[in-house]
Amino acid sequence: MLERPASPPASHAASHPTTGPAATVLAVHELYAGYGDDQVLHGVSLDVKAGELVTLVGRNGAGKSTIMRSVMGILPRRRGSVQVMGQETIGLPPEKIARLGVGYVPEERGIFSRLSVEENLKLPVLVGDKPMPLAEVFELFPNLRERLGSAGTQLSGGEQQMLSIARVLRAGARFLLLDEPTEGLAPVIVQQIGRTIARLKEAGYTILLVEQNMHFAATVSDRFFVIEEGHVVNQLGRLGSAQAVAELERYLGI
Amino acid sequence: MNILDIPAQAWVGQIMIGLINGSFYAMLSIGLAVIFGLLNIANFAHGVFYMMGAFGAWMLGNHLGLGYWPSLLLAPLAVGIVGALIERLFLSRVYHLDHTYSMLLTFGVTLMIESLYRNAYGTSGMPYDAPALLQGGTRMGAIFMPNYRLWVVLASLLMCLLTWFFIERTRLGSYLRAATENATMTRALGINVPRLLTITYGCGVGLAALSGVLAVPVYGANPAMGSDLLIVVFAVVVIGGMGSIFGSIVTGFLVGLIEGLTKVLWPEASNTVVFVLMIIVLLAKPAGLFGESH
Repeated sequence: MLERPASPPASHAASHPTTGPAATVLAVHELYAGYGDDQVLHGVSLDVKAGELVTLVGRNGAGKSTIMRSVMGILPRRRGSVQVMGQETIGLPPEKIARLGVGYVPEERGIFSRLSVEENLKLPVLVGDKPMPLAEVFELFPNLRERLGSAGTQLSGGEQQMLSIARVLRAGARFLLLDEPTEGLAPVIVQQIGRTIARLKEAGYTILLVEQNMHFAATVSDRFFVIEEGHVVNQLGRLGSAQAVAELERYLGI
Repeated sequence: MNILDIPAQAWVGQIMIGLINGSFYAMLSIGLAVIFGLLNIANFAHGVFYMMGAFGAWMLGNHLGLGYWPSLLLAPLAVGIVGALIERLFLSRVYHLDHTYSMLLTFGVTLMIESLYRNAYGTSGMPYDAPALLQGGTRMGAIFMPNYRLWVVLASLLMCLLTWFFIERTRLGSYLRAATENATMTRALGINVPRLLTITYGCGVGLAALSGVLAVPVYGANPAMGSDLLIVVFAVVVIGGMGSIFGSIVTGFLVGLIEGLTKVLWPEASNTVVFVLMIIVLLAKPAGLFGESH
């Protein structure tokens, strides 16, 4: 696969219209979930349409990451309805949900230290009919090509983040769950990740994002859901003005 | 030639016996280590699968007329399937509970299977001949080494190497390492970890059965053979470090050799030296010689 000529991700997506223009990729309805006795989500409802980039905003502990984990099915207790690509996933194990074409990039990145970078990259089973060729993956993340032989945890934080995104792209996921992809990274890396996310959106990927950096999120997001104490308290469209960004930041208490 | 007033022949003889015992320790502790690493259970039934491998070879020979070489493949396969069934039917239901439950479960399985074999075959043991190809022996300097025992040492080294290669260098091995490190994340990447657990348990106990087939021409088939060995093997795993593959291999052979040498110097202590070693290691380095402390 390495020998294939590099082509921009856009052409890759153009040849691959996944679902209809307004098809719903994710539909969450009245979702209750938590850890043990600790109920975190109290009836969350939200949706993400094909090709959309939707961002969850809210303070720390509001339940944004818990929503991501619930969608992925890695919380043992969840009630309500979570439909992915039109299929109900309550009761499905995470591996089945992943195989619907969902790529999970967790906050802690989930890089395996006992695996090399190459093994990490090739670990996920193929979850879509059009996995991203390695040449394209390396075009998006040139740093990874040189680090293939390194152990997973010898990478810098930014490289781990790139690897975590790269491996779900390589697996063919078309619906990405990105949980704080820029957290704790140097500004120059944040910019690189930001450009990558913008390119993926252009290429037709559907993205559910959790992001604290509002100036970055405002430039790429189609819609926002504001989460407070396990509820959706507001839904906003595209943020056109600095005033709208300021309004959102007020929610976050920044 | 004498060393410490003991004839060199005795030294070499005991070193060879130590190597052979060490071969079995290494082969059994690898399976235990892999199962402990991924499934997070101390598999007390490991010895019984070793015993079933030995009896498997004996039964295939006596009832079906199959020789040693086909048994070397068929007995571990059959025992591995039994193991996978036990994992699916029973073990998989107690993973979410405290360690004690899986320990009691595998211990109970051991008692039941061992009793069935004792009822059927008694306690005196069944003899089993080494295959014609490996009968006889080789004179190595001062000592006479049965060919079959040389084969055991070689086969064990080969098996350890193959297991290591499989875990560290193959795709399924990378699943296994990933799931051992973070099962949830591995599942989120689309890998069917519950099925991986079944396969791993089946392969782990299959390895124990393979050791049993290798052992049967040396020790015969005896219902208690597994339990007797397992106590030492658990000490080996503790010394080497729970979950460490490489540690299990090295420690297995090391403990065999130390036992052998103790037999020459102070025969009465040879049965306890392993446990003394275990206590020292636990006091000095609780994670084991090759274990990573968390």
